[in-house]
Amino acid sequence: MQASSYFFKNRHAEKRLFLGRVLFAVVGVLILSGILITQMVRLQISQHEHYTVRSKDNRIRVLPLPPTRGQILDREGRALAENLPAYRLELIPNQVSDLTTTLAQIEAIVPLTELEKKRFDKAWKRRRGNFEPVPLKFRVNEEELAKVAVHQHRLEGVSISAHLSRHYPYGASTAHVLGYVGRIDQRDLASVEESNYAGTTHFGKTGIELSYEHELHGSVGEQRVETNAAGRKLRVVSSELPLPGQDIQLSLDIAFQQYVEQQLGSRAGSVVAMDPRNGEILAFVSKPSYDPNLFVNGISVADYQRLNTDKKRPLFNRSLKGQYPPGSTIKQLMVLAGLEYGVINRNHSMHCPGFYLLPNSDHRYRDWKRSGHGRTDLDKALVQSCDVYFYDLARNLGIDRIHEYLSQYGLGRKTGIDLQGERSGLLPSRAWKRAKKKEPWYPGETLITGIGQGFMLTTPLQLAHATSLLANRGKGFVPHLQLEAFSTPVMPITITGRDFRAVDDSMRRVTHSRFGTARSLGENHKFRIAGKTGTAQVYALSQNDEDEDAVISDDIPEHLRDHALFVGYAPAENPKISVAVIVEHGGSGGAVAAPLAGNIMQWWLDNGRPSPALNFDTGVPLNSKHHMSPKHAEGVNKP
Amino acid sequence: MMNLATLENDQRRNDSWISVQFQRIHIDLPLLGLLTLLASLGMLVLYSAGDADPNLIVKQVIRLSIAFAAMALFAQIPPALYQRYSIGVWIVTSLLLVAVLLVGSKGGGAQRWLDLGIVKFQPSELMKLTLPLVVAAWLARFPTPPMPKVVLSSLVLIAIPVLLIARQPDLGTSILMASSGLFVLFLSGLSWRWIFSGLGLVAAAAPALWYLMKDYQRQRVLTLLNPEADPFGAGYHIIQSKIAIGSGGLWGKGWLNGTQSHLDFLPERSTDFIFAVLAEEYGLMGVIPLLALYLAIVFRCLYIAAQATNLFNRTVAGSIGLTFFVYVFVNIGMVSGLLPVVGVPLPLVSYGGTSMVTLMAGFGILMSIHTHRKLIAR
Repeated sequence: MQASSYFFKNRHAEKRLFLGRVLFAVVGVLILSGILITQMVRLQISQHEHYTVRSKDNRIRVLPLPPTRGQILDREGRALAENLPAYRLELIPNQVSDLTTTLAQIEAIVPLTELEKKRFDKAWKRRRGNFEPVPLKFRVNEEELAKVAVHQHRLEGVSISAHLSRHYPYGASTAHVLGYVGRIDQRDLASVEESNYAGTTHFGKTGIELSYEHELHGSVGEQRVETNAAGRKLRVVSSELPLPGQDIQLSLDIAFQQYVEQQLGSRAGSVVAMDPRNGEILAFVSKPSYDPNLFVNGISVADYQRLNTDKKRPLFNRSLKGQYPPGSTIKQLMVLAGLEYGVINRNHSMHCPGFYLLPNSDHRYRDWKRSGHGRTDLDKALVQSCDVYFYDLARNLGIDRIHEYLSQYGLGRKTGIDLQGERSGLLPSRAWKRAKKKEPWYPGETLITGIGQGFMLTTPLQLAHATSLLANRGKGFVPHLQLEAFSTPVMPITITGRDFRAVDDSMRRVTHSRFGTARSLGENHKFRIAGKTGTAQVYALSQNDEDEDAVISDDIPEHLRDHALFVGYAPAENPKISVAVIVEHGGSGGAVAAPLAGNIMQWWLDNGRPSPALNFDTGVPLNSKHHMSPKHAEGVNKP
Repeated sequence: MMNLATLENDQRRNDSWISVQFQRIHIDLPLLGLLTLLASLGMLVLYSAGDADPNLIVKQVIRLSIAFAAMALFAQIPPALYQRYSIGVWIVTSLLLVAVLLVGSKGGGAQRWLDLGIVKFQPSELMKLTLPLVVAAWLARFPTPPMPKVVLSSLVLIAIPVLLIARQPDLGTSILMASSGLFVLFLSGLSWRWIFSGLGLVAAAAPALWYLMKDYQRQRVLTLLNPEADPFGAGYHIIQSKIAIGSGGLWGKGWLNGTQSHLDFLPERSTDFIFAVLAEEYGLMGVIPLLALYLAIVFRCLYIAAQATNLFNRTVAGSIGLTFFVYVFVNIGMVSGLLPVVGVPLPLVSYGGTSMVTLMAGFGILMSIHTHRKLIAR
């Protein structure tokens, strides 16, 4: 049956049917091919641009080339902050098969601290890709480097990368000026253009490093590299070199700075030395200090604890932020205020019985000399630092005029130095007291303001600045650490020649007369020093307690002893240096602070190479041949 | 008979001397030429896709030689023998497929090989050849168009190996195999009513199919619909492949200059995704000639089918040609994001083993059909 149907099949009909199906298949094939072609045209022609961009995005990666940070130099060109080549041990995640083994192998060769291990763990967990190296140990020394190189073949995924690391060769000597750089964080980035910091690992955290971060940093470059799908760098397509950061030269003299430090010895305190003729800071010492190098790659918890809990507060920048009662070191300004407002004249004198009474009050305002100075005129009041004279002067001036006059010297206000975090001190006034204490001003407070006590607070920097202004008869510049040809003049203060001479004469006798509070000073130095001692109370001895006899004695524990202060300038006839010295708990200003100041001024006058004096109106060097327009039309130190 | 003879004479007159010589050794010269051209072009692309690795090329040349040898060998066997022994081979191969599921070795998550000690053997490859033969042989025993009973029995012949292979799992192969069997049915004159009701049934069963699919297969379908949903996971292959194709543009990036392929963005670039390498480096101007070459081969196959003298020969030849096209369509469709990712190589271009030998053996059968024709006619 089947066989017969096979034979009787109509061959032609069968073939026709088949050819029909083939034709149908051909149409199907053509339609499907058309679909493929359409899709190809869509991808390769219509969406070509889109896919070209995506293909580029795939393979081209932009790597930042961070700039080299500028150096910080002292006035003689010595590097205070430099970049040293350093080696870093890193692990490349995708090449490490067993982290524990690799770490153990490394540790057998190179010692790892707990801190390093902890930091590495953190970084390893937060790593971005498997190709970006994770740092394990910063600062690998030459010996460790050699050991790792020898064992490199069996240390999988371990690599050593060379980079530049910030180094402060003078360590603690410059810490309070330069500050330090540390690992960059989100807060740092918020203050700058973030794209310029791509690839930058460190940022100025304090000091000059922070103030001149912009200049020191430079501009980032970039390298376009071709990478494969795994992110491995294959070749550099193009690169734009970074613009290195500028070097910043400071007016600071590091040799001088170190000398000043040595003079302070182990005592806590602060010395600010300036050139009054141009506002340059010559030495800026705050003791104790710390090693800024500890902070560069992250300070250990133990080190930080040690610094932070130290009772002497090494991290605290006394020169910039320390607010001390100025004590008698403002008395010369008080005299000038009295002369200016006509409250006293140069011949005015009064009797000092050792205390002062306000009318209708039995409160005794005592003099440091309990027996009193007897008849006291302007000169004696300054040379021997008679308090009663200044109680009377202050009372006659009144707090409003005291505030008005002293503020011209920059007290109660930031000087504007090129360091951040400066404190403004406190120059009290009625308005201030009402606002802050919700209380009226009492007359007694005027008296103690007159001897630089009570509410009044100044920083060593402010004292040095005020002293500079006085040294130049009311003219001067904003103090600054960066060495510049030009400076910003401050609003000049009118001091008549006669008034100035009177005060200047007395200030010289502070150091040179046999009655002066700093009389030891004049004998030891060739040049003439104009100065004023001060003793600031730390422990409030009751002014009223008649039995209280111990003003300053060795019976008082050291941390309760008074601060010793001295301000002055030299040579008196042509001042080239002005200083403010505070020795914390040093006791008497005349005995402790003054000799120190004398040595400091001596050093600078013997060894220093001062910059030229500047025109006080324009801030341009006096011997400058070119006519320069004033850098700033207005002084910043407006009252 | 006269008609046929005239046709033969015309044919012979048109054929060159060299073509006639090749016919004597049962080789179809046009098809051989097209296949050689394709293989050469494929080698060029593979050289680039394999990052100019000479080992890869040497291996591929060896494989191609084996494949062309297989083609020549299969061309020598007269079609009648294929017709006679196909059912026996089908039974043996089906048993082997069962054996694969029971004792086969695993590779890449699927169980496809029988380890015969020296060589690993993939029974599914043998089945690819056998299936159209057996269906055609079965249908040739009955009048055309086939009766329902015959159609159903043919479907069983198709379903058994297809389901066995789908269980391995090897979706790509089972789809291709099913289509090779169905093409035979279609070409034999299966009535349109059957075809449409079959298509309707598939459409109705699609939701059920969804539940039968394995998770990774469903994922592939979802990925096709929206590759950007998981650009670094499931969508990665398709996205990178489309980027390669699209960025190639009209003229391409140049030979060995494809960034997608040479920088490792394109996965499986010497095997299943090699088309993207070609599209990236040669652009649309390389894609069109390749497609034209494939179409030429398909049309040559259909021509051979049209020239064939009996139902078995016709349907086998037509099925082999159309299945070849399905390979091309599925691969390019998958690489260009039209179809879900199923492991189907680009014929004669992709780097890869057994499937190329099977493919060329199929062309050998075609050549046999074409060159043994006069013997049958006489």
